[in-house]
Amino acid sequence: MTLDNDTSINGSKEARELLRRPPSALYRWLGDRIFAVVVVMLGVSIIALAAGMAIVLYGEGSAALRQFGFLGFVSGTTWDPAVQLVFGAFPFLFGTVVTSVAALLISFFPAIAVAIFTAEYAPRWLAAIIDNLIQLIAAVPSVVIGIWGIFVLAPWMRDNVYLPIFTWAEASHPALLPILGNPMGYGMATATIVLSLMIVPYTTALTKDAIKSVPVEQREASRALGATKWEVIRMAVLPYARGGILAGAILSLGRAIGETMAVAMLIGNKNTLPFSIFGAGATMPSVIVNEFREAVETLHLSSLMAVGFTLFVIALIVNLAAAYLTRKFSIKGGQVV
Amino acid sequence: MNLIQSITSKVPTLPLFATSESRQASGAAEVKTSTGTNTAPGTGKAENKMRMETHDLSVHYGSTMGVRNVSLPIYDKQVLALIGPSGCGKTTYLRALNRMHDLTRGARVTGSVMLDGKNIYDSEINPVIIRRRIGMVFQKPTPFPTMSIYDNVVAGLKLVGIRKRNVLDEVCERALKQAALFDEVKDRLNSPGSSLSGGQQQRLSIARALAVDPEVMLMDEPTSSLDPQSTNRIEDLIHELKKQVTIVIVTHNMQQAARVSDKTAFFYVGDLIEYGPTNSLFTKPKEKRTEEYITGQFG
Ligand SMILES: Nc1ncnc2c1ncn2[C@@H]1O[C@H](COP(=O)(O)OP(=O)(O)OP(=O)(O)O)[C@@H](O)[C@H]1O
Ligand SMILES: [Mg+2]
Repeated sequence: MTLDNDTSINGSKEARELLRRPPSALYRWLGDRIFAVVVVMLGVSIIALAAGMAIVLYGEGSAALRQFGFLGFVSGTTWDPAVQLVFGAFPFLFGTVVTSVAALLISFFPAIAVAIFTAEYAPRWLAAIIDNLIQLIAAVPSVVIGIWGIFVLAPWMRDNVYLPIFTWAEASHPALLPILGNPMGYGMATATIVLSLMIVPYTTALTKDAIKSVPVEQREASRALGATKWEVIRMAVLPYARGGILAGAILSLGRAIGETMAVAMLIGNKNTLPFSIFGAGATMPSVIVNEFREAVETLHLSSLMAVGFTLFVIALIVNLAAAYLTRKFSIKGGQVV
Repeated sequence: MNLIQSITSKVPTLPLFATSESRQASGAAEVKTSTGTNTAPGTGKAENKMRMETHDLSVHYGSTMGVRNVSLPIYDKQVLALIGPSGCGKTTYLRALNRMHDLTRGARVTGSVMLDGKNIYDSEINPVIIRRRIGMVFQKPTPFPTMSIYDNVVAGLKLVGIRKRNVLDEVCERALKQAALFDEVKDRLNSPGSSLSGGQQQRLSIARALAVDPEVMLMDEPTSSLDPQSTNRIEDLIHELKKQVTIVIVTHNMQQAARVSDKTAFFYVGDLIEYGPTNSLFTKPKEKRTEEYITGQFG
């Protein structure tokens, strides 16, 4: 083939010459470099920010951690800022774990059911309405949810749930009373219920995304075997979406662990074990928000910082677990990866 | 005409081609005159009754036409090959045969698809039952990635409530053997279905469809992702299967259509152009476009 006429496969002579130009023009090299530097700097600064926060929290909390030892601090059951100046974070650790895990257990199946309903069954307009309502829950500031809890939910639960159960137990099973606790309305149970409500949007949204991203081939393959709609969901959709569902659950757990305001307003704030089901309790975020203003003793302030550091570590673990489990259970392109 | 000669010379062992020239009238005429108990003209072998039949079947996706007014008989225990260039409606037609379009938003099916004399689109017919009787193999392998090989194969049986281990074991082995996969996987039935190679996954999909013992099997380019050896096995399987099952296969491979099918239908831009016994369609196509297509002049 001759290339010297003006309309070869590479177009005109001019275009050919331009294409043949060496690709190492300075501006391209520079553009590459600048872009790389900006991206790396942004990435590094985010990591540095997180590391810096951890270091500051640790530094500020180190007085308490040195005094009691990390293990002594997180397993100590006495939190006494007034008289003995002894600080053990176990009650808050306990309160945080119990309320957030219970909230996840309560909300998990309803949230998944809503996701399945809106993704698979509901007509589009209804799904849109439900989705928006649920996202609204996530958009409401938690202090507003806390107010609602104080004025509406807590009294209602006290009158219609806690008191009836309490009087029933009083009459027939007095041994249960210490476990049930004082049914005043503000306590672990109310905080858990509010938490479970607050995390539904996260589980639902992530589950729905996971369901929507199941390839149509998987659905059709099960349909072609004679599966009904529900059987398709059970056999093809949910197993395929399990990674996303799991990630949603764990991230919701993370949300519940960190939730501060609504919990602080509703949990009753009691710093000593034992906690009971209806009775008051506390979580790590709630004790921090309640006490940091009044902390005059250095050791008290340092202990609150140490609680913050512990919370940071737990959040980190939860997020790493989410990433790991999502990776382990996700399915990409039909392959278990 | 070289291709046609090479096709026919490649398949001399098929009884279909061993018979002398058929006295067959045009494919279109055959469609019009056929009834529920018609014989399979032109094959010269034992008479097969008609298993399925479509009348004026049209499928639209919104305003796009998929196929238009297709009337075809599908004979019992025979293989019908659907050929034609890309985008001409083969998959669309195939999916109408087991009501897969029910699931596609915007897809609209008109006309009728008869199975043993009953229209499967009648309102009292449950599509789930239809899909149990009419199995389907897709172009892309679709193992359920979280299930083991074993569970993949017996998935359809578990759907109908069969839980007895010995029944499942037996069916699993039978289906895997039919799909020519058993020897390769018999030692690792519990590893995930997605751990297999692409070709093995396709045979797994075939085994899964066979496990529920369908009466009709729809195959959409089942060998397009397979190596020649696996392709041969699938073709052997089709020969084996048609003793019991009615098969409709979409293929882009002309030699494959010639090798495995008894009847061939040529589609072009949503229309059925020509239908007839495979040997006469390939050796003496009546339509110009059929001839151009099978000789590789377009598509
Ligand atoms: N889900 C869909 N939505 C809209 N249009 C579709 C859809 N599926 C197919 N079509 C259209 O219908 C026509 C027929 O497509 P079909 O998939 O049946 O072709 P085909 O013969 O199977 O092609 P190929 O050989 O490439 O698989 C095409 O024009 C295609 O664009
Ligand atoms: Mg196709």
